[in-house]
Amino acid sequence: MLALTKKDLSLLLVVAVITLAAPIILNPFPSGSGMSQFNAGYPDLMQRFVIYGIFAIGFNILFGLTGYLSFGHAAFLGVGSYSAVWMFKLLSLNVIPAIMLSVVVAGLFSVLIGYVSLRRSGIYFSILTLAFAQMSFNLAYSVLTPLTNGETGLQLSLNDPRILDGASAATYPNLFGAQMNDSTTIALGNWSFTFSVGYYLCAILLLLAFYISIRIFRSPFGMMLRAVKSNQQRMNYTGLNTRPYTLAAFVISGMYAGLAGGLLASMDPLAGADRMQWTASGEVVLMTILGGAGTLLGPVLGAGFIKYFENIFSKINEGVLQAWFAFMPDGLQDFFVAIIYPFVGKGWHLTLGLMFMLVVIFLPGGLVEGGQRIGRMFRRKSRSETPDGKTTPAE
Amino acid sequence: MDAILLQLLNGLDKGSAYALIALGLTLIFGTLGVVNFAHGAIFMIGAFCAVTLSKLFNMSHKATEPTGTDFLGNPKFDDILYVVDWFGEDAGAWMVDWAVPLAILFAVPIMLAVGFIMERGLIKHFYKRPHADQILVTFGLAIVLQEVIKYFYGANPIPTPAPEAFRGSFDFGVLLGFDPNAVIYPYWRLIYFAFSALIIGGVFAFLQFTTFGMVVRAGMADRETVGLLGINIDKRFTIMFGIAAAVAGLAGVMYAPINSPNYHMGMDFLVLSFVVVVVGGMGSLPGAVLAGFLLGILESFASMNEIKNILPGIDQIIIYLVAIIILLTRPRGLMGRKGVMED
Amino acid sequence: MAILEVKNVGKRFGGLQALNDVNLSIVENSVHAIIGPNGAGKSTLLNCLVGKLIPDTGSVMFDGQSVLGRKPYEINQMGISRVFQTPEIFGDLSVQENMMIPCFAKRDGSFELNALTRVTSQRDILDKAEEMMVEMKLADKRHMPAASMSRGDKRRLEIAMCLSQDPRLLLLDEPTAGMARADTNNTIDLLKQIKEERNITIAIIEHDMHVVFSLAERITVLAQGTPLVEDTPDKIKGHPKVREAYLGESQDAA
Repeated sequence: MLALTKKDLSLLLVVAVITLAAPIILNPFPSGSGMSQFNAGYPDLMQRFVIYGIFAIGFNILFGLTGYLSFGHAAFLGVGSYSAVWMFKLLSLNVIPAIMLSVVVAGLFSVLIGYVSLRRSGIYFSILTLAFAQMSFNLAYSVLTPLTNGETGLQLSLNDPRILDGASAATYPNLFGAQMNDSTTIALGNWSFTFSVGYYLCAILLLLAFYISIRIFRSPFGMMLRAVKSNQQRMNYTGLNTRPYTLAAFVISGMYAGLAGGLLASMDPLAGADRMQWTASGEVVLMTILGGAGTLLGPVLGAGFIKYFENIFSKINEGVLQAWFAFMPDGLQDFFVAIIYPFVGKGWHLTLGLMFMLVVIFLPGGLVEGGQRIGRMFRRKSRSETPDGKTTPAE
Repeated sequence: MDAILLQLLNGLDKGSAYALIALGLTLIFGTLGVVNFAHGAIFMIGAFCAVTLSKLFNMSHKATEPTGTDFLGNPKFDDILYVVDWFGEDAGAWMVDWAVPLAILFAVPIMLAVGFIMERGLIKHFYKRPHADQILVTFGLAIVLQEVIKYFYGANPIPTPAPEAFRGSFDFGVLLGFDPNAVIYPYWRLIYFAFSALIIGGVFAFLQFTTFGMVVRAGMADRETVGLLGINIDKRFTIMFGIAAAVAGLAGVMYAPINSPNYHMGMDFLVLSFVVVVVGGMGSLPGAVLAGFLLGILESFASMNEIKNILPGIDQIIIYLVAIIILLTRPRGLMGRKGVMED
Repeated sequence: MAILEVKNVGKRFGGLQALNDVNLSIVENSVHAIIGPNGAGKSTLLNCLVGKLIPDTGSVMFDGQSVLGRKPYEINQMGISRVFQTPEIFGDLSVQENMMIPCFAKRDGSFELNALTRVTSQRDILDKAEEMMVEMKLADKRHMPAASMSRGDKRRLEIAMCLSQDPRLLLLDEPTAGMARADTNNTIDLLKQIKEERNITIAIIEHDMHVVFSLAERITVLAQGTPLVEDTPDKIKGHPKVREAYLGESQDAA
């Protein structure tokens, strides 16, 4: 079905079920209970999971398959956001033209940057993309202020022309009238689940993005991209021109980033230059690596993992910590609180940096590889047969 | 004419900082073959060495003032600096005033230690890993270092003044026959430039005239052969890493009065310094220095109003633009050797 | 009839004249060896043929068309395949994928954006790859990562990849360098078999005289960037100039 192998299809189905049922699955704790702070099933956070998931899936097509490490992909995310907000301002608050424009503009922008950057490889490529992204960031803050509204960020205003919307039209980005921030809350006993329009739009686009990424991985094109990573010399002497392959991968990943940017702006019609900063580019690198670069599921996992812990960690303050360790004697309690405190709340970035290092040092294959290793350990215990020497790319 | 001179001077201090950081980056890349994204963080730690010493010297305790009481009859308190207690009034005041230059002494061992620990503890394990992994792990380290500094020192810039004697400006123009006040240049920036020149000269002399330096240079040219000669190149490279860290650290210490240190200054400088290294030529020390000054000066020229009026925003992007053009037309950089990392 | 015609080719690196007025013609369907002591310019010459280097002077014609100024991938598409001294294969990919890539290059040209078709639906490519793997005795290793094979297998895979494109000229750069005697003999047998079964021209650069004399029909001896002599193996064996080049006082013995 869908031209996928059984294995890929079941992977897609699992992701589909989890994404579509996320508002329920991610709210396992009754609201009001002490554990409810660990719930993640509210629209704002789930949207971030999914949008950054799309961003990372796209990044993985470039980095995971070809090995070209771009440090400037946030620029495409930012460009996507700006385009979407402009579309809202000028044409209509309907998200479809906005998202389409985001993808197209980010795609064009990545053709430009990719064409230049891909003339070099290795660290030079990384530095070139970094330079381009930093340049875009600086420009967005300075000369391009008429387009980007500088530090304030680009926002909707009442004077926007919105040619296609009538005077009575909605005031928030919408899909044919269904506003992105519309939601229904269903209470079941102590649990409450929120289903929002915005989230489901993002979720469906994630599934589409994921499906396309599976197809790319399994296509001759995807195989060529892995060959680029493996041995460019052999590629050239086999009659293959590597540059259009890498450029295509670059542009596809740029369009994914544009889609993510457009969605961010659709969920919250605001675009600022800080989205383009190179730390933001670093974040998507981390998501991809943490999950497992070059694997299908990895980037989505990584994005979810990071956005979830960012949310949880940022919420924990000293009071929460005191409560956690309250069962301990006073001295110990203070000791543990003092140790953990730097890593939570505002210290989230410290944890992120440490995680980054630990993953690169100990688990270069990311969570997916870690999971496979654990799986293999169990399998080896249960039946000690010779391991099969297959090299199908990990899912 | 005077405007051009002014911009030339203005470019020097930034150029000096770029040159010093790029010098360290190049040393590390040339010797160890490692792309160190945490090098900017080392610069930042250097600046915070100055902040720390200045804070230490300004630590005080309360003491009752013997001369009088306030209007309610309570005894008055004075803040007495510990340094005044320990070293006497004059020496104490002098130490507070000269905290930044004194921090050099304090920073050298710290930065060497930071460098050694970083190399032995982390970088060593990444020599054989791909460049992408090196970039990523040092990028993580840079985040960690800057967050640690943020935790202890807060997010706001901390003003760290230069000694009183260097706080004024120097009318450079009068010397050259321009009108008074046409070309005014702060003393400290002049000092910074002189200091950088000294350090750069020192590093080059060290590499040129000592046996240690000779081995390191040979190692930069051909690591394997030098290893085959039975010379323990690794140990020397560790020391080189320490020296590179010390150079960046000192650049940071002295930069503190020019720009109040904040926790992300390292990242800001790092991106530019990488660009400098690329423009100068990966692995070329003179290239790094030349490109550092060149780009610093170019940046300051681009921020002249006359130029900004023609090309708005050029000051924001000039360095990146130059880097992109260089990378595309002359990938080995201004002074890079042919064949070193050319693609 | 000559399939490859090298005329007056010269190449200089700084102060070193690596190639000096090289003339060489390789006859179609022959096995032509280029030998010479270290530093004779063999690799430089090879690199000029495949587009890695551009000679300063002279011309290189393949089947009536100039190869000068063309990129390596374009030259491959013209029908020249190259086997490297150390096997260049796609180490991270499976043997089967390694075999498929040259087949795609042959069928689709230097670039094809077939991102939404499936590898598994490309019957013709799969069949061709399978056929080559069986022929080259690699079929039982088809799912192994190429990097994990033995050196001899890697060499066979690389040759198989080149052959799957049905090249008109196969260039081999010291194909047995660093191999044990047994592997060397296997490679010789393999090349002999290829020569017999296929309609192909082979040019081989080699140090190992045993390999050269078991395979070549014509031999060119290169010394100090210039062809010394060109003749049949029998004549080359006792040629005084060749001895001088190999054993003369200014040259390293090969």
